[in-house]
Amino acid sequence: MPDTWYIVAVLAIVFSITFALRAVPFAALGPLRRSALVKQLSHWMPAGILVILACSTVKGEVLGSPEHLLPAVVAVGVTVTAHLLGGRRTLLSVGLGTFSYVLLVNLH
Amino acid sequence: MEDVNHTAIVSAPPTHPIKAGIKDSFAAGLGMFPLGIAFGLLVVQSGLPWWVAPALSISGFAGSLELLLIGMMTAMTPLATVALTTLLVNFRHVFYSFTFPLHVVKSPLAKTYSMYALIDEAYAVTAASKGNWNSQRLISMQVAFQAYWVGGGLTGLAVAAVLPIRIEGLEFALCALFVTLTLDAVKSRKELPSLVLGAASYTAAVLFMPNAALFAGLVMFVFLLVARHFFFGRKTASTPTGEDHA
Repeated sequence: MPDTWYIVAVLAIVFSITFALRAVPFAALGPLRRSALVKQLSHWMPAGILVILACSTVKGEVLGSPEHLLPAVVAVGVTVTAHLLGGRRTLLSVGLGTFSYVLLVNLH
Repeated sequence: MEDVNHTAIVSAPPTHPIKAGIKDSFAAGLGMFPLGIAFGLLVVQSGLPWWVAPALSISGFAGSLELLLIGMMTAMTPLATVALTTLLVNFRHVFYSFTFPLHVVKSPLAKTYSMYALIDEAYAVTAASKGNWNSQRLISMQVAFQAYWVGGGLTGLAVAAVLPIRIEGLEFALCALFVTLTLDAVKSRKELPSLVLGAASYTAAVLFMPNAALFAGLVMFVFLLVARHFFFGRKTASTPTGEDHA
């Protein structure tokens, strides 16, 4: 389990980077926002970053407990289906996906 | 109700700006509060000290990143990976300054708070409304958002204290959240190359650097995007389609 200093370090890192990302563009105004590369990256990044995070969190769930692989695959399927057919209501999709995973893991 | 306030100014007394700001916060708050509860529950279930929930919601105030950090902290993920993940996950905030009406806020302290509390929801509500923003309305909306999020987290902690049973699999909520966010980011065929590059980067990272897969995958993905920009991006950047997302 992490000690207090590790947690404090994480809090400090998260605060400084997040605040800088939110505040610096107002101060710096031009250059950063005008940069073609930065503009292009901001359009391209979300889809890839999010799919990496989705894979990484699912992998963390399955790693070390291979019997969770099938429940995870099913629950991802439920989430995707609910989201696409249910009108992209995040709470509903996340709720159904999580519910099916909890159910499958505990029935096992 | 909102229409009444905008059109019938003569007959109805003008809404107090603080009231208007709190009203602006309701729709998004409906999603933030339950997610905050899930966040509080997960902090307790992960075995981290309870104060991590309010501390993260005050230091970071960024929902999906906070949920992600629970797992990273439990696994004692190296601080460099924490920093890179924070940078990349929150990078989108750089672009909120385009349209966010910060100029209506005059006091330096309120301005600082407004920038600090520039979360997705605050950006989305101001970007979607043509409302005449003023300092009190904007700040009260942002304070309300933070109250929902921190309050939801504390409620989750309380629920976990009253019902100290560990529900196995609850942490899947985070996987499901990222799956839905991915689907929301890929609404047209234009985003498919990024999706493929991201998935390929992560797969390669898992195969070749399994101990630092997240870090390596993110770095490789950004590297591929920079390469893509210099090889293919300039043509598309100079066409009017580049304005689509703005």
